[in-house]
Amino acid sequence: MKVVFERPKSLQPTKTHYCPGCGHGVIHRLVAEVIDELGIQDKTIGVAPVGCAVLAYNYFDVDMQQAAHGRAPAVATGIKRALPDRVVFTYQGDGDLAAIGTAEIVHAAARGENITVIFVNNAIYGMTGGQMAPTTLVGQRTETSPYGRDPQVAGYPIRVCEMLATLDGPSFLARAELTDVKNINKAKSYIKKAFEMQLAGKGFSLVEILSPCPTNWGMKPIDAVEWVKKEMVKVFPPGVFKEPKEG
Amino acid sequence: MKLEIIMAGFGGQGIMLMGEILAHSAMLEGREVSWIPSYGPEMRGGTANCMVVISDKRIPSPIISSPDILVAMNKPSMEKFTPMVKSGGVVILNKALIDERPARNDIEIIEVDASGIADELGNMRVANMVALGVLVGKTGVVKPETVIKSIDHFLPEHRKNMLEINEKALMRGIAEIKK
Amino acid sequence: MEKVLMKGNEALAEAAIRAGCKCFFGYPITPQSELPAYLAREMPKRGGVFLQAESEVAAINMVYGAAGAGVRVMTSSSSPGISLKQEGISYLCGAELPCVIVNIMRGGPGLGDIQPAQSDYFQATRGGGHGDYRTIVLAPASVQELVDLVYDAFDLADKYRNPVLILGDGILGQMMEPVVFKERPAKELPPKTWATTGKMGRQKSNVINSLYLDPVKLEEHNRKLFKKYQEIEQKEARYEILNGDDAEYFVVAYGICARIAHAAVEMAREEGIKVGLIRPITLWPYPKKAFEEVLPRAKAFLTVELSCGQMVEDVKLSVEGRAPVYFYGRTGGMVPTAEEIFEEIKKMRGLS
Repeated sequence: MKVVFERPKSLQPTKTHYCPGCGHGVIHRLVAEVIDELGIQDKTIGVAPVGCAVLAYNYFDVDMQQAAHGRAPAVATGIKRALPDRVVFTYQGDGDLAAIGTAEIVHAAARGENITVIFVNNAIYGMTGGQMAPTTLVGQRTETSPYGRDPQVAGYPIRVCEMLATLDGPSFLARAELTDVKNINKAKSYIKKAFEMQLAGKGFSLVEILSPCPTNWGMKPIDAVEWVKKEMVKVFPPGVFKEPKEG
Repeated sequence: MKLEIIMAGFGGQGIMLMGEILAHSAMLEGREVSWIPSYGPEMRGGTANCMVVISDKRIPSPIISSPDILVAMNKPSMEKFTPMVKSGGVVILNKALIDERPARNDIEIIEVDASGIADELGNMRVANMVALGVLVGKTGVVKPETVIKSIDHFLPEHRKNMLEINEKALMRGIAEIKK
Repeated sequence: MEKVLMKGNEALAEAAIRAGCKCFFGYPITPQSELPAYLAREMPKRGGVFLQAESEVAAINMVYGAAGAGVRVMTSSSSPGISLKQEGISYLCGAELPCVIVNIMRGGPGLGDIQPAQSDYFQATRGGGHGDYRTIVLAPASVQELVDLVYDAFDLADKYRNPVLILGDGILGQMMEPVVFKERPAKELPPKTWATTGKMGRQKSNVINSLYLDPVKLEEHNRKLFKKYQEIEQKEARYEILNGDDAEYFVVAYGICARIAHAAVEMAREEGIKVGLIRPITLWPYPKKAFEEVLPRAKAFLTVELSCGQMVEDVKLSVEGRAPVYFYGRTGGMVPTAEEIFEEIKKMRGLS
C-alpha cells in the first residue's frame, strides 16, 4: 500500500492542546513540512512564545527554547549569534510579537537578524482567555473590549508586515490567510521561502498568518474561517511585502 | 613605604595621565599601586583629579582622605585639596596658574612654573610631566628612567615622537628640585 | 607572569574573553561603559560576538538564547538596567542556564545617580525577580580579584547550571590596579548535553524551558533547584578575614567598602584596638562560617555598606543574637572615609 499522508518527521507523535478549529495545528504542520523538505531538522532550533503556542516545544521534533513573553526574537538572536550555522525560527502570536515584544521584533528585523519568524495573527489573546490584542479589529468584541474595540480608547490595529517593510533589514515579509487549500498552500510556500532566505544568509524573514480562533471569537469553526476571509483580510491584506529583487 | 598622592587640575591638563604614569612606573618597580579617577561629588567644581597610592604592602583603600602629596595644577584644585593634605605633607603648585599660596604652615609648599617651563620647551601640554618630575625629584619614589619607560608605554604609536619632549619636561621638573 | 595596569571594567572584559566567553550582549548605561566598549573592540578580533541590544530586556534574553545554545555568555549593566533584566534572570534560573551577569552598582532607587553604591544587595542575594531562586553573587574588592572571580564565575555557572552575578561598583570599575592574567588549567566541568544546538544526530530533541504546568512537577523542579542551592551554600561560600587572629571586634564589609574599612581597621590597630575585618567574597551563598570562626571571641560587629543597611541582615542572621551588630552606611553615591569608619569602630567598642 502506498502511504499518501503521514506525520512530518519534524512533529512529535503527540496530541496538541489546541482547540477545535484553531489554526495553530495546521501552521505547526506547515512549518514541520518545510523543515522536512529542506532537510534541516537536525540543525534547526525553534523558539516557543508565551501564548497559546507556549507548548510548541512539545510538538516540534527539533531542539526548542521557550522564551519569556515577547522576547523570542531576542532569544533567537542569542542562539543564532552563538551558532550561526544553525537554522533558528521563532513562533509567535500577536500579543507576544506585536504588543509586549514590539521592541524585540522591530530591532531583530532592523538588524536583519538571520532568523525566521512565524507570526500567527488571530486578532486576540487566546491563552489568557480572549482579551484585546494589538491586532484586534476596530469594533471587535473581546473580554477587554466588551463594547467593541473603540479607537478613541484603544487605538487601531498594528499591521506588522507593513510596518517592518519600512526597514532595510528584512529580506522577506509576507502575509497569508489560513482559509482554504489554495491559501494554506500559499502560506506554506511563504514559510518555505522564509526559511530559504535564512539558509541563503539573506537576513530576517517573517511570515504572518491570519488564523482563526473560534473559541475566543465565540464562533463555530466554519464561521471563524469566514470571518478571517471577510473581515480580517480587509484590515490585513495578504501578500508579499518585501522580497529580494530577482537577479 | 606608603605614599598617598592627589593630583588635580583642569580637564585637559593631563591630570589622569600623570597619575597613570606614576602608578605604572611604581608597578614596574615592583610596588603595589592603585589609581582612581575623580569620583563622587568631587567630580563637580571644574577640577579633574586622581588619587594614586604607592606602597610596599597590600593597599587597603585606594581612596585617600589625607594625602602625603598634592599636585595642584590650578587654583581651584589648590583651594579644594590643600586642607586635606597631611601635616608635614607636600603641596606642589603650578605657579603659573596659581597666584596665591595656601594659608598653612605645617606643610611644605613647592612652587614650580610647570606651564612656563612646558611653554619654553615648546608644548604647553607637557606641564604635567614637569610637575611629575618635581614629585619624582622630591620623593625619589620611582627612578626617572622607569618613568620614561612608562611615558613610552602610554604614548600611542603615532605619538612616539612626543617621547623626547615629555622626557625633557620630566627631567626639567626633577632639576627644579635640585636647584 | 606580566603585570599590567588596568581599569576594573576593562580587566573584567579581558578576563571574560580569556575565560572563553563567546558572546556578550549589553545595553549602554553609566558607569560600566568601558566594559562593553572593550568587548566591542576585542570580541570581533578574537572570534567572539559583541552585540548592542535594543534594551536591557532584549540583552538578557539574548543571553538566554546563547546560554541555551551552550556557549559561555555574559551581559553587564548598572543598577536600573539590572532591574530590567530581572525577568530574564528569573527565566535563566528556572531553565537552569549558565551565564555571567555584571552589575556595576550605582545609587538608587529609580534613576538615582551614577555614583558608586551597594544598594542592590537585596536584589542580588534574594533572587531579584519572581519565583523561588538564587543566583551566585561574587563581590570582588580589587582589580586582581575581579579578574580571578570572572574565571570562577564562568566555571561556577557551568558547574551548577546557574547564573552568576558579579557585583561591583563605580569605583572598582574605574580604578586601576596591577593585574596578572594567570594561565588557569581548564576545570573539569559537566558536558552541556542539554544545550539546544540542533539535534545534530541526537535521538531526542532538547528543550530549554521554565514552564511546568503541573504543580506536582513544578514542586519537584523547585525542590531540585533548592537541593542545588544547598550544595552551593555548603561548597562555595568564600570570605577573607583580615587582622582577625586576636580581634575582639569585627567590621564586616564587601567590595570597595571593604577596602576603606580595611584602612579604618589599620588605623584602629595603630591605636591598639583589637579589631579585624570580615570580607565576604560571596554574598550568596553568605559566608556564615566566617562568623562561626570568630564568634567565640567576638564582642561586637560593625557592618559598613554603601546603603541604608542591607547586608546587615545577613550579618544578624549569621551572628544569631550572640553579639551586638551595629551598622554604618553612606548612600546615594556618597562614600565613607576611613576616618568615619574608624570613629564608628571606636563607638562600637564604647557601646559593647
